[in-house]
Amino acid sequence: MRSVNTEIALTHLLSRKRQTLVAALGVTIGIAMYIFMNSLVMGSNRYQDNAVFKTTPHIRIYKEDEMSKPLRADSSGNNKTVIINPKISNITKNLVNPLKLLEDIKKQKDVTSAALFVNANLFYNNGKSQLDGNALGMNIMEGNAMFDIQSTMVDGELKILLNTPNGIIIGAGIADKLSLKMYDNVSIISSIGVIKLMKVVGIFKSSNTFTDKSKSYMNLAAAQQLQGKGPNYVTDIYVDIKDPEQASKFAILLHELTGYTAEDWQSANELFVAGKKIRTIMFGCISWAILLVAGFGIYNIMNMTIAQKLNDIAILKATGFSGSDVVKIFILESLIMGILGTCIGLVFSSISINLLSHVYIGADIGYFPIQFEPLVTFQGICVGMMVTLFAGYIPARKAAKVDPIEIFRK
Amino acid sequence: MKKNSVLRTSGIGKYFYDPVKFKALDDITFEAYQGEFLTLIGKSGSGKSTLLYVLSTMDTEYEGDLFIDGEKITGQTLDKLAAIRNKNIGFVFQFHYLLPEFSCLKNIMIPALKLGKYSSKEIEEQAYKSMEVLGVQDQALKPAAKLSGGQQQRVAIARAMINNPKIIMCDEPTGNLDSKNTQIVFDIFQRISKEFGQTIIAVTHDNDFAKASDRTIELADGKIINHDLKF
Ligand SMILES: Nc1ncnc2c1ncn2[C@@H]1O[C@H](COP(=O)(O)OP(=O)(O)OP(=O)(O)O)[C@@H](O)[C@H]1O
Ligand SMILES: [Mg+2]
Repeated sequence: MRSVNTEIALTHLLSRKRQTLVAALGVTIGIAMYIFMNSLVMGSNRYQDNAVFKTTPHIRIYKEDEMSKPLRADSSGNNKTVIINPKISNITKNLVNPLKLLEDIKKQKDVTSAALFVNANLFYNNGKSQLDGNALGMNIMEGNAMFDIQSTMVDGELKILLNTPNGIIIGAGIADKLSLKMYDNVSIISSIGVIKLMKVVGIFKSSNTFTDKSKSYMNLAAAQQLQGKGPNYVTDIYVDIKDPEQASKFAILLHELTGYTAEDWQSANELFVAGKKIRTIMFGCISWAILLVAGFGIYNIMNMTIAQKLNDIAILKATGFSGSDVVKIFILESLIMGILGTCIGLVFSSISINLLSHVYIGADIGYFPIQFEPLVTFQGICVGMMVTLFAGYIPARKAAKVDPIEIFRK
Repeated sequence: MKKNSVLRTSGIGKYFYDPVKFKALDDITFEAYQGEFLTLIGKSGSGKSTLLYVLSTMDTEYEGDLFIDGEKITGQTLDKLAAIRNKNIGFVFQFHYLLPEFSCLKNIMIPALKLGKYSSKEIEEQAYKSMEVLGVQDQALKPAAKLSGGQQQRVAIARAMINNPKIIMCDEPTGNLDSKNTQIVFDIFQRISKEFGQTIIAVTHDNDFAKASDRTIELADGKIINHDLKF
């Protein structure tokens, strides 16, 4: 059986359809904007994360440059201190026993992939023109698994590199500047002076023009040769984990495990992470502000209703309705307005997200990076309900405190 | 015949503090009996309404004790008082205080729905019965605002009766009515008290109305000056 409180609340709402709808529409706009904006932020954050993960692993393990100590206490006992100029003291940047390290890392829980890399600074030469840049030596299939290189390829194939020991995949910017095409030869000079003739077997174009103008991919062995080193020479181990947000915690663990510097992608991209934070906070504030306005709408209408209904409240209390009954009646009214508004808001936000996701932006973004976000939607519903409850509770409590005698005396 | 007491007060006093300390009720001690049609009269400002609100259990700030149906009311929690009003007391005021969005029938049913003792079907039957007694059955489905003043007051009386309360309290129930409607309401109260054994306590300005009731208590300056006024 429907309780009499519910019946009174529903009758009140139905006898003021327009007011009810206006208050509900306030919530509609609030919820729709909340979900829409936060989905937008989520979508573009995800897009940018993915862009970052095309060039940055979740965690990079490498050997940090060590500085020589500026002071060295004299060991001969005659109280003299030797002063030397501090400078980088390690000569090689390679990791010791990389295969063992890799094996240990792969044993860790939550590691999805880990691979060996050689970073090498070098110059690209074609005839008289020269360009400086850096190459990443790797097993191209492992690299592809991490960075999805395939999706950026505009010419050539990753597989060709596998079968071409002196093959190189260059950025589109390098190809333009040195006017290189597929299967052209390019002479590479490494930072330690090793010269190597390599064959272009692929051209890629990422979303970053600087990368396109400087970066190339080659086989691990080729990069090791450029550094004048053997097959044990590895400068980096790249690690991907299940949840990239946990990278900084995981980096500490890997540092303890390997003894080398382990840098998470957030510290490697601080500016980007800061931008993401600003975006999240900014849109968060705006959407909350809109929700608050919606809450005020409900508060206002409930306040007005209660002021008009003092007589009704008085007689209800006289005939046996308790304070909590009165609270229930008016909370229910605002809750129904809130639910109604939220439902319409969900429809609106779905429509606008759907429309925007079909807007073509171009470049390598393609369509607008927005999609249905279950978490944001759920949050939106909860926040919307909370705001309505709160907005309804304050006037409802006021109604519960109405003293019937004061009303009857008039 | 032994008279059953349904309401009893002992030494009730009440002060107002705003704007100045003022004693509105002073040592009010009386009893009302089952089936009695009791009227309260007195000059304007003598404290009739103030006393009625204390008896109604809505006012809890007084000294002295109040008993209804043998149960001590003074000191009960607000929720308990609300439940006691729901079950034992019906109200009729000068103004009808019907809920404007509801039909007359619903208005009458609401206190019974709140009590929750009978099914809504039984309550509806009961409501129709009392509307018949009061001669407003034709108005059942109209919204309360569409009735004449006399009809509204009769619907309000039907609402006061729906839970079969021990006592019906009225503050100038005929204050807004012409003499014809006043007569109708008076006859209804007579019938209620005699046929259904309910106690009526009515504040009134109308001496004829009081004269025809079972007993009249007269107030002056917050004190009872006459327990059984003879006109
Ligand atoms: N809320 C209040 N604050 C201060 N004084 C009050 C209050 N209510 C009533 N009074 C005073 O208490 C006294 C009794 O008032 P009450 O309303 O009981 O009179 P009454 O006998 O019902 O008069 P009437 O016949 O005009 O309705 C009056 O002097 C009034 O001014
Ligand atoms: Mg009065």
